[in-house]
Amino acid sequence: MKLRELLRQPGVAMPALLLAMILLLAIVGPWFAPQPFDAIDFEADWGRGPSWAHPFGTDELGRDLFARVCVGGRLSLAVGLVSTLVALVIGIAWGAVAGYLGGRIDALMMRIVDILYALPFMFFVILLMVLFGRHWLLIFVAIGAVNWLDMARIVRGQTLALRRREFIDAAVIAGLGPAAIIRQHIVPNLIGVVIVCATLSIPQAILVESFLSFLGLGIQEPATSWGALVNDGARAMEVTPWGLIFPAGFLGLTLLCFNQLGDALREAFDGGALRRTRG
Amino acid sequence: MLSYAGRRLLTAVPTLFVLIALSFFLMHLAPGGPFDSERSLPPEIEARLAAEFHLDEPLWRQFGRYLGGLLHGDLGPSFQYEGQTVSGLIASGAPVSAAIGAAAMLLALSGGVALGAIAAMRPGSRLDRGLMLIALTGLSVPSYVVAPLLILIFALSLAWLPAGGWDGGIAAAVLPSIALALPQLAAIARLTRGALAEALDAPWIRTARAKGLPEHLIVLRHALKPALLPVLSYLGPAAAGLMTGSVVVEQVFGIPGIGRYFVQGALNRDYTLVLGVVLFYGALVIVFNFIVDLAYGALDPRVRLA
Repeated sequence: MKLRELLRQPGVAMPALLLAMILLLAIVGPWFAPQPFDAIDFEADWGRGPSWAHPFGTDELGRDLFARVCVGGRLSLAVGLVSTLVALVIGIAWGAVAGYLGGRIDALMMRIVDILYALPFMFFVILLMVLFGRHWLLIFVAIGAVNWLDMARIVRGQTLALRRREFIDAAVIAGLGPAAIIRQHIVPNLIGVVIVCATLSIPQAILVESFLSFLGLGIQEPATSWGALVNDGARAMEVTPWGLIFPAGFLGLTLLCFNQLGDALREAFDGGALRRTRG
Repeated sequence: MLSYAGRRLLTAVPTLFVLIALSFFLMHLAPGGPFDSERSLPPEIEARLAAEFHLDEPLWRQFGRYLGGLLHGDLGPSFQYEGQTVSGLIASGAPVSAAIGAAAMLLALSGGVALGAIAAMRPGSRLDRGLMLIALTGLSVPSYVVAPLLILIFALSLAWLPAGGWDGGIAAAVLPSIALALPQLAAIARLTRGALAEALDAPWIRTARAKGLPEHLIVLRHALKPALLPVLSYLGPAAAGLMTGSVVVEQVFGIPGIGRYFVQGALNRDYTLVLGVVLFYGALVIVFNFIVDLAYGALDPRVRLA
């Protein structure tokens, strides 16, 4: 499916447009902010509501919330995209190999996925954070390592179906080895499911990061993310409710758009095959 | 049925073992020991501490000792709460966490199934699309956003309910349970809607319609039972989701449950406490998944044979 056709599917264009706007705002927004996101300004206006000078208001340290929400958004979105990329690479490789080779290897590989799937992962990620320190790189790796499970399952299912197609037989007859077949014939045909999966994995990753940051285990000051901002805002919400409402709104809207986009794409790529694999 | 249960158990036991082993060895792989501090201790004291906690033994023997302790429900001493054991801390938080978790599960299940059923009655209608958009929103707004917003609205603005704290009363449990339940409620509503809409397309439903049964009886008697199977199998992940959510909700509302100990432990690098909670919740999720699998097998014979 071409990109233009895809955008014409019902329920695709709207969330895609909103997401593009949020992304644009996160990238260029700080350039238009009255002060850098971490500039503390005690004298002027701390804890003020939204105004022309500070569209989202300021926090209790006098920092401009508009700049903070934009900069936090950069981080949250980057976490979503990068860790999804990690999950994508592991998940596709794992699922395609298991699905193509089949038999005992498949059973063993999928049993490993089942076992990992049954663990309460958020706790595990926190354990990793406690043990190895709160390095930002660990956040990416931890989230990617969690999210590849979904991807592997779905890719494997799709590979099982692909394996029975004639062009795979033709490739086998032509003398191609399993590695070459997986690389040249299986993976390129997975593009549909992979796009859907990636779209649904991004909000998951953003959620996990903001969960950790909310608890104070994720990103550390002076850097910030939407989760960390929601945490700050929740602490001061009696005095400065806008500190909670703006980051929470952006976080919620972004997640909603990604989820809606994922649903719509799944509908567009195929009616039913993918629907049963996820809640 | 018995062989099915046996096969399921064959997954549950290795899972539990992987969980324990992975957590344990990760903990010992971590740079720095539990007694590292700013001041370096005299070597005799360090040796004494290491001997006291058996840190001088080879790793595999420590693992054996830890496993042996686990069998007795002993998760070791807490490094931060002096004189308290991890098991004791978990036991003191468990009733509170369980009460709120059970209330949230009940709410999520009843509310989710009801909303999903209403939406599935008229697939594609405005009501259906509206409800599903709300459900998707509920799924997208995490508990740590919902919880402060609930406090802001119902406790601070309207002053209907307490903003936090725990006295064992119902009023104190309402907002935390709702905050905890909402994402799961949304997920269950989406699942029910999908499965029920599919079930309502089935040929036996056409038969029921042809018999002239009223619509609500068709749904309640014929369509809902097969449609609830996916919901049943979602209860395992839902339980895990509730545990994860409880960490945040207990933190926000100041409820003395397991989740709050966990966060405090994590922020203070209290290794044994964090490990203990991970194992406790991990085991709980595994047991819960096992029970759900058994129930599923009992309800749907096809699963047992597969």
